[in-house]
Amino acid sequence: MKRSDFLEHVAWTGSGIAWSLSASGLLASQPASAATNSFSFVQISDSHIGFTRPENPDVLGTFAKTIAAINALPQQPAFVVHTGDVTHLSKPAQFDAAKQVLSSLKAPLIVLPGEHDVIGSPQGFFDAFARPDAPNGWFAFDQGGIHFLSLVNVFNFEVDGKLGTDQLDFVEKDLAAQKTSTPIVVFGHVPLYALYPPWGWTTQDGSRVLAALRRFDAVTVLNGHIHQIIQHTEGNIRFATAAATAYPQPAPGTADKPGPLKVPDDMLLKVLGYRSVELVADAPARVADHSLG
Amino acid sequence: MHKTLIATGALAFCLAVSGAQVSAAETAANALPSVLTIHIKNFMFNPMSAKIHAGDRVTFVNDDDEAHTATAGDKSFDSEGLDSGGTWQHVFTKPGTVSYFCELHPYMKATIVVLPATISLQR
Repeated sequence: MKRSDFLEHVAWTGSGIAWSLSASGLLASQPASAATNSFSFVQISDSHIGFTRPENPDVLGTFAKTIAAINALPQQPAFVVHTGDVTHLSKPAQFDAAKQVLSSLKAPLIVLPGEHDVIGSPQGFFDAFARPDAPNGWFAFDQGGIHFLSLVNVFNFEVDGKLGTDQLDFVEKDLAAQKTSTPIVVFGHVPLYALYPPWGWTTQDGSRVLAALRRFDAVTVLNGHIHQIIQHTEGNIRFATAAATAYPQPAPGTADKPGPLKVPDDMLLKVLGYRSVELVADAPARVADHSLG
Repeated sequence: MHKTLIATGALAFCLAVSGAQVSAAETAANALPSVLTIHIKNFMFNPMSAKIHAGDRVTFVNDDDEAHTATAGDKSFDSEGLDSGGTWQHVFTKPGTVSYFCELHPYMKATIVVLPATISLQR
């Protein structure tokens, strides 16, 4: 698979329709996940269960609406990955409420922590979402012909966006064993590149991971944290941050500080949602973002 | 007769001692607020540097729309998640300089200098 074939486009869509931008630049639409015999997964992010402010007084409701929309997909994804900030303040009751909603998912679930999930200690997160194959939180797996890396860049409590030497060593060793032609997908909470450092939207030691990813034909890095969809390309690496299910944040540099952004009530569901990634044999993979309203 | 009491408890305890009379040095110390309020606003701790005495109780108030924490670099104190509008108090018992920051936004940094709470009581 050529790298140009792997990721076609990321676009904000309404429910049920995936807009994709072909190489020719033409927009085309088709029902989401209508293809058969394809491999697909879904990304959700930043549910911030426990958040109660006017920017979204019902984060549990919008989270449940997201899960219901995924469960209603005609073809269930191979898995759903939550790229962090499951809770707002790492409280046990917030983890419990989130797990209650997530328990209705039809597809298998992968959860990685955001900095809001490890306030004070990562123990609450591990209690809620421990994986036997990921004692340190990070792990790799192969599925659908893709090699996946699920990383954690929120464990250093003095730096927002740091992987640490142990994890970097793991990543380099893991990637060294992969074929150049194997599509690579990386999950992390905080963007792995310097998206907007003044607001902490960067991973301090992410460059070592990016260096290890450069030799591959096609790499996709999917992050959360900034509550909005931003795409970025560096050579063979395509980055895409995801919308939240809780509330939006301002575009980089458009406000004094980051934080919850109040939008008109009838606009909220239009800026929240989930992302589907679909890979069909011998065809471009499609990444599409679906709003809740 | 002079007697020196090293106070490690709340300053209020020292002031509550009947007939207590403080020296000039402690008068200056007493001029500092026994309860300091540090406001978290616009992603900054205000005041960003403060001097208190051992035994002082400090209140942290989150005036931002965003959640924050007040977390010591040496983990000697940690408010943990402080939601918008939330408050948290801590009594500083150990003299020294303690740097702290917001765990959610670690570029928010501040310092508290904790002076010894040496109180001379005259009898």
